[in-house]
Amino acid sequence: MILQPAVTCYNWHMASVAIEARDLVKTFKGGVRALAGVSLEVERGSVFGLLGPNGAGKTTAVRILTTILRPDGGSAAVLGHDVVKQPAEVRAIIGLAGQYAAVDENLTGLENLRMIGQLCQLHRKDARRRAAGLLEQFDLSEAASRPVKTYSGGMRRRLDLAAALVDQPPVLFLDEPTTGLDPFSRSSLWQVIEQLVGGGTTVLLTTQYLEEADRLCDRLAVIDHGQVIAEGTAAELKADLGANRLDLDFASPEEAEKARQVLSERLTEPMNLRESVLEVTIEAGSRAVIEALRVLDDACMVPSGMAVREPSLDDVFLALTGHGADEQ
Amino acid sequence: MTTAAVVAPSARSARPSPLRTVRDTLVIAERNLIAYVRIPEALFFSSVQPIMFVLLFRYVFGGAIKTTNPGGYVNYLMPGVFVQTVAFGAVGTAIGLAEDLQKGLIERFRSLPMARSAVLAGRTVADLCRNVAVTALITGVGYAVGFRPSHALGFLAAVLLLLLFAYALSWGFAAVGLSAPNSETAQVMSFPLLFPLTFASSAFVPVQSMPGWLQAFAKYQPVSEVIDAVRGLMVGGVPDVSGHVIISVAWAAGFFLVLAPLAVNRYRNRT
Ligand SMILES: Nc1ncnc2c1ncn2[C@@H]1O[C@H](COP(=O)(O)OP(=O)(O)O)[C@@H](O)[C@H]1O
Ligand SMILES: [Mg+2]
Repeated sequence: MILQPAVTCYNWHMASVAIEARDLVKTFKGGVRALAGVSLEVERGSVFGLLGPNGAGKTTAVRILTTILRPDGGSAAVLGHDVVKQPAEVRAIIGLAGQYAAVDENLTGLENLRMIGQLCQLHRKDARRRAAGLLEQFDLSEAASRPVKTYSGGMRRRLDLAAALVDQPPVLFLDEPTTGLDPFSRSSLWQVIEQLVGGGTTVLLTTQYLEEADRLCDRLAVIDHGQVIAEGTAAELKADLGANRLDLDFASPEEAEKARQVLSERLTEPMNLRESVLEVTIEAGSRAVIEALRVLDDACMVPSGMAVREPSLDDVFLALTGHGADEQ
Repeated sequence: MTTAAVVAPSARSARPSPLRTVRDTLVIAERNLIAYVRIPEALFFSSVQPIMFVLLFRYVFGGAIKTTNPGGYVNYLMPGVFVQTVAFGAVGTAIGLAEDLQKGLIERFRSLPMARSAVLAGRTVADLCRNVAVTALITGVGYAVGFRPSHALGFLAAVLLLLLFAYALSWGFAAVGLSAPNSETAQVMSFPLLFPLTFASSAFVPVQSMPGWLQAFAKYQPVSEVIDAVRGLMVGGVPDVSGHVIISVAWAAGFFLVLAPLAVNRYRNRT
């Protein structure tokens, strides 16, 4: 150890990193630069969240890390296997649930999972057994022999996640796993992910929801326009923002606009108008809430509802990039 | 942090062996065949068009078309219908793969440790099975309207030849399907490729009846070669049948050797 400190250190580093990306660049035909130098490091056994608005490059990053797409520049490795030079090795150790449920509508749930099992080199019987076990685990046993065509969106999503788990992959990629799910399906999916992580699986997931990242992820990277613009734990990101949000509901967009004019004469806080809701970004612990209400009262304006919220991804985005999460 | 689940089991081997390619191909073929069995409408509709052609040419146009082969026009017509039917069947390959692509299934398959050519091989093998079923059906329809092959062995050899050709062709349409943005476009892209090949051919009328400039194409293009070979084997009356058979097999081999790698390349590099 004393003789080779550098080597020992390097090995320790390799052993603790499950996913590593260095300066990934991807430009699509037509000139869209989806990734402009993305670097990530995901520790083994942890959950890493890739946050970003639509078009930020999340899916492109996941596709490169899962060997589906070749990067134009940079490099990436999963458990030490290079995604470009050793794609077969990488495929053998990863599971992927893409942005849209990729299951065969004409097959039953059982047939779908059995097929994936067989393609992962399980024997037919073992693949069937594994499929049945997963269907049980994901609460799909009753629908096991129905064509997927008849499944609801939430059921498809669960089946899709089950398909990613057939081969018991040590590294799991989930691209917006809960987008479009109802709150109940969402929280049951969260539980599944937590169980997997408890069993030692490394998870990289993408999401548009700060709440989800907050709940699940050990670390996050916020990406926008193909670049990582912030990295850290959810608590760190929110603390960096250091702000809450005051939402004021009005009867009409016109009234909300009027309120904005009145408030902007007296307050310096950034404001954002969303239909008939006026969003005011306020410093945590400041007097701005009381001040805003006093100003409105003076102007004889009464909001029909109000709430003070923790910052959302939108706010993190507004603060980091100067534009909202749903704009390009 | 536990490392128990983090170590890849030693049973996972990274490089697909030829045996594994065959296994994966069969798994995918089974998947596609289940879909064919489960939606019989698809098979039904792919048979309606050839049956209409049989009836149309047998009873509407046939009387006006002069052919010299034994057994009359119906015996001239049926070999053309067989070849046209399996050639149009290749559109199904394009549509099916475009759908898989659209639904994200191709992405999933590409992330699995499976053989790279298996998704396409499985699809083309399933489509070959569908062609066998459709050919059997058309044979029955042909019999009902008076088609009589001259001997059973020749008929079987002809069926083998047209299935072989259709199989090679379906790899080309696999590439089309993987290049299309969606299944509708895959269909629209396929027809301009198939129409000249199947209609500017000896399928329904003798090539001699066409204008000179078209004859040059219609006589030597691959689908005509296959039709002439199939017609010679099924009902006779075609000079130099073995020549047509050899050229047809050569076209099939050529198509396969060029189009299969092209399709696999599209599969691997589709962004
Ligand atoms: N296959 C593709 N061809 C061309 N452009 C693409 C393709 N995939 C993604 N893009 C573009 O790359 C950018 C990043 O997309 P994506 O990675 O899907 O973002 P996200 O998943 O964060 O919403 C977008 O501008 C998108 O339009
Ligand atoms: Mg995406």
